[in-house]
Amino acid sequence: MNFINISYLIPLLPLIGAAINGFVSFSGIKTRKWLTNVVACGSILASFIIACGIFYQLNLLSAEERSITVTWFPWFDFDLLKANVAFLIDQLSIVMVLVVSGVGFLIHVYSIGYMAPDKGYSRFFSYLNLFCFAMLMLVLADNLLLMFVGWEGVGLCSYLLIGFWFDHKPNAAAGMKAFIVNRIGDFSFIIGVAILFWALYSVGHPTVTFTELREHVSLLDGLKMGPYAVVTVICIALFIGATGKSAQIPLYVWLPDAMAGPTPVSALIHAATMVTAGVYMIGRMNFLYTMSETALAIVATVGAVTAVFAATIGFAQNDIKKVLAYSTVSQLGYMFLGMGTSIYSAGIFHLVTHAFFKACLFLGAGSVILGMHHEQHMDRMGGLRNYMPVTFWTFLAATLALAGIFPLAGFFSKDEILWQVFSRGADNHLYYVLWGLGVAGAIGTAFYMFRCVSMTFFGKLHTAAEHEYDEADALDSAHKVDDHHQPLTPQEQSLSITSVLVVLAVLSILGGFMGLPHALGKFVGMPNYFEHWLEPVFASKIGRLEDGKMIAEGHGSIEYLLMLFSVSVAVAGIFAAIWFYTKRKDLIVSFTAKFRRLHTLVYNKYYIDEIYDFIFIQPLLKLNDLLKAFDQAVIDGFVNACAAFGVFWAAVSGWWDWFFVDGAVNVVANATITSGRKLRLIQTGRIQHYFYIILFGLIVLLVWRVI
Amino acid sequence: MKGYFPLFLLLQTGMTGVFVALDFFLFYFFWEVMLLPMYFLIGIWGGPRREYAAIKFFLYTLVGSVMMLLVMIAFYFYSEGNTFNILTLMDQSVHIGPMTAHNFRLLCWLGLMIAFAIKVPVFPFHTWLPDAHVEAPTAISVILAGILLKMGTYGMIRFCYPIFPDITFEFAKWIAVFGMINIVYGALCAMAQKDFKRLIAYSSISHMGFCLLGMASFTNEGMNGAVLQMFNHGTITAQLFLIVGIIYDRVHHRDLEGFGGLAHIMPRYAVWTAIAFFAALGLPGLSGFISEALVFLGAFKMWPWYTAVSVSGVVLTAAYVLWTYQRVFLGKINEKYKNLPEISWRETVTLAPLALIVVILGVYPKAMLDIMNATLVGINQLFVK
Repeated sequence: MNFINISYLIPLLPLIGAAINGFVSFSGIKTRKWLTNVVACGSILASFIIACGIFYQLNLLSAEERSITVTWFPWFDFDLLKANVAFLIDQLSIVMVLVVSGVGFLIHVYSIGYMAPDKGYSRFFSYLNLFCFAMLMLVLADNLLLMFVGWEGVGLCSYLLIGFWFDHKPNAAAGMKAFIVNRIGDFSFIIGVAILFWALYSVGHPTVTFTELREHVSLLDGLKMGPYAVVTVICIALFIGATGKSAQIPLYVWLPDAMAGPTPVSALIHAATMVTAGVYMIGRMNFLYTMSETALAIVATVGAVTAVFAATIGFAQNDIKKVLAYSTVSQLGYMFLGMGTSIYSAGIFHLVTHAFFKACLFLGAGSVILGMHHEQHMDRMGGLRNYMPVTFWTFLAATLALAGIFPLAGFFSKDEILWQVFSRGADNHLYYVLWGLGVAGAIGTAFYMFRCVSMTFFGKLHTAAEHEYDEADALDSAHKVDDHHQPLTPQEQSLSITSVLVVLAVLSILGGFMGLPHALGKFVGMPNYFEHWLEPVFASKIGRLEDGKMIAEGHGSIEYLLMLFSVSVAVAGIFAAIWFYTKRKDLIVSFTAKFRRLHTLVYNKYYIDEIYDFIFIQPLLKLNDLLKAFDQAVIDGFVNACAAFGVFWAAVSGWWDWFFVDGAVNVVANATITSGRKLRLIQTGRIQHYFYIILFGLIVLLVWRVI
Repeated sequence: MKGYFPLFLLLQTGMTGVFVALDFFLFYFFWEVMLLPMYFLIGIWGGPRREYAAIKFFLYTLVGSVMMLLVMIAFYFYSEGNTFNILTLMDQSVHIGPMTAHNFRLLCWLGLMIAFAIKVPVFPFHTWLPDAHVEAPTAISVILAGILLKMGTYGMIRFCYPIFPDITFEFAKWIAVFGMINIVYGALCAMAQKDFKRLIAYSSISHMGFCLLGMASFTNEGMNGAVLQMFNHGTITAQLFLIVGIIYDRVHHRDLEGFGGLAHIMPRYAVWTAIAFFAALGLPGLSGFISEALVFLGAFKMWPWYTAVSVSGVVLTAAYVLWTYQRVFLGKINEKYKNLPEISWRETVTLAPLALIVVILGVYPKAMLDIMNATLVGINQLFVK
């Protein structure tokens, strides 16, 4: 069986699943839950199996042949713009498809347990399937426009799922915020595509298809747009789109709010897959980014700064999901740091390992939240390791992976990035600074993640009774389901939840061995499979990078040293966090008391939301009202004034008509009548009077005649 | 009702006639024929300010008609063989006398453009539209937005473009500028509205701006986008007005602040609305995206800056559409409306075909593009120097 020929089923099956469950949900038909489960999980599992089949078939081909375009039907067919609904199946897209459908399937299974008591059960699975469809379209698309369909499609699903419990107003508002902030990125993305298209037109090859772009994009070299290179402008415009989708500075603000959605959604969409779309896009367009040193530096800088910035906010958050959200923003920063250093395969590698351990962390958090009866505040947790052992151990494994401890997944991917950034510093000293930021972020990550672990799992349990339930704090609070069946003490969750946690934890532990760094691979005789696999996609590397690899292989000792360094600082961060948050909480308390201002600033996320609100949203709303008033008063006022003038002029004309025109007519009539009246008097009816008049007339005539 | 349907059918005659006429006189005749029933339909079956709205609509259009009439007469006298035939007039060699002089041509072009601009409506001739929409009954709003507005843009492409290609090309910049203003200004005004129907009327103004921008592009992509946008606006805005009508029939007000949580009470209605709303904000996969993307891509070639400003319309549109959805459908249930009946079969049957078209054209736009591409390429050829 040729799996490539049925690759259309990969996105189509989840779409059908979404349609079925959507129909069930909105038509009000009563069905059994297991039918929903079978449709939802079955469709995505089938996609995963087909993807595995394609992966196997690609392996049978030689590396150069592993890029296959499958065309389904023509979409646009103008003389310049040609685009098909077609899939580009290559090493990069199949990796993404495997991650999306694989992790997606696990999270579908997890949701069976998590969403069990919810009223909108089939609606939830419908949205989740729809998301998988959109995300798979995004990664499989063979041109920028079709990719944009998936790009916005995932945004729609994100909107629907963040606002899943829409009767709670903040949830609905968070969904709206996510969509609109993403749209700001899309605005830039569209412009980027347009510039790219017409720039290529000017050199004779207008196209939006990736394979053709890759072929012709080098023609743009040296083309200017004002003082800037066209390629740089395009790269930055596309990258701003990526900052929206992948939650980087300055458009990251929607992601923490997006935690209002159900926790499986946070795991799948807002951690493992959708938010990595921006990273994927840069990976897909790597040939373009490689051409612009400036654009790469900007991508790397934004990534590194975001990594540190988000990590600092993570220090002061008390909501377990918010901590993970900022950690996601921070880790996405690392991916962009990798992309911006043009080590694309390392960036994608971190994307994959991050998908494993961050999904595991979010799902673990979800398990904790269920166990704690929808409590998200870490202050009110503690000691859960005794109550929820599976959740604890899987969460711990994923946290260690995230912190970059050898030999877990995060270690390999993060160190690969940091090491390459460091070795690029020799060419461009900026990268030394970025490396420093990256390491600082890594220490921060280790610290705040173990702060989270300590507060949640260590120490002793604070029961909910100790605290008054504060609705405003709990984002998940709209999720008011009947959970009286839950025992009062926290308890491990059902099998569908724990089994998924275990699978993801195993992936978090072992996932890193796909991409052993060269220095370590030499020892065990294992090549870097991951980089090797992706190499043809990123083949258009320029010579400098080959140098980079030379350094990487030649200076093994520095690499070991850096690895040792970053692991030891991470370990230090871990122990510090555990020590502070389990043994010496008083130190933390006195510290925050001492630096109250700083703490408030960080706790409130540097007031970025408030600043945006003040700078952008309020003026916009004011402008709207102003324009509305202008529209009514000035423009419509003018129209109405015209009408009023018309009426007035009509009145004047009417008066004129009545007074002068009709008046003149009447004057003539009146004169006739008056003169008639006067003349009437001579008509007396007496023959004598007439005789006198005739006589008088005759005399006049005679006199006139004689004279 | 006895009066309503004859007038409605007369309106249909007028509209169909306008789009099939190939003779300027006939075109003008139908243009006027459609005006009269509209006046009565709004004036008799409309809302509280129906008389004001009906007269405003009628007179405003009539101002344009007068200009069109004058230009038409000029065509008759200054063409070889004194003809009203549009196809003949497209041949520049039949133009004689003053019709070959630049300034006179400009004057004629402007007369036609303003007549059509009022109908589109182009800023600043747009204020009759919100009033007419708000006062008109639902079905008439649908016709007004879905078909009548297109007579304006159709007229521009059918008359101004092929008969005055030189003037059109010279002043294309202004078409693009007004397109941009329509898009951004309409969206900003829509965001400020408190009345559901007024909001959609302004969104209509914003969406018609895309047609102008696309028309000003002189690329096949942009022109096709513009005409497809005309069609899509017809299907999408028609749905939007039907949706307002459905809720107005139930609660008899349109105040956006007065709803809330309707998605709980009328979930199916919420789904149909979501489809129309997302189509309106240009979600890929639905037809609105195709036309907007084509317009942007096409127009960017000649007018990069105007297009860039116009693209910000997609952000503003998303903002007002989602904000509206949130205010009406999400949030806490308004206790007053707890027992509203769900969308009926009759209402579903009016929405479903439109939604289906929106989805089909979103996935397979070639179904429509193939039909019109040949004509538009022909018109476009006039501008390829």
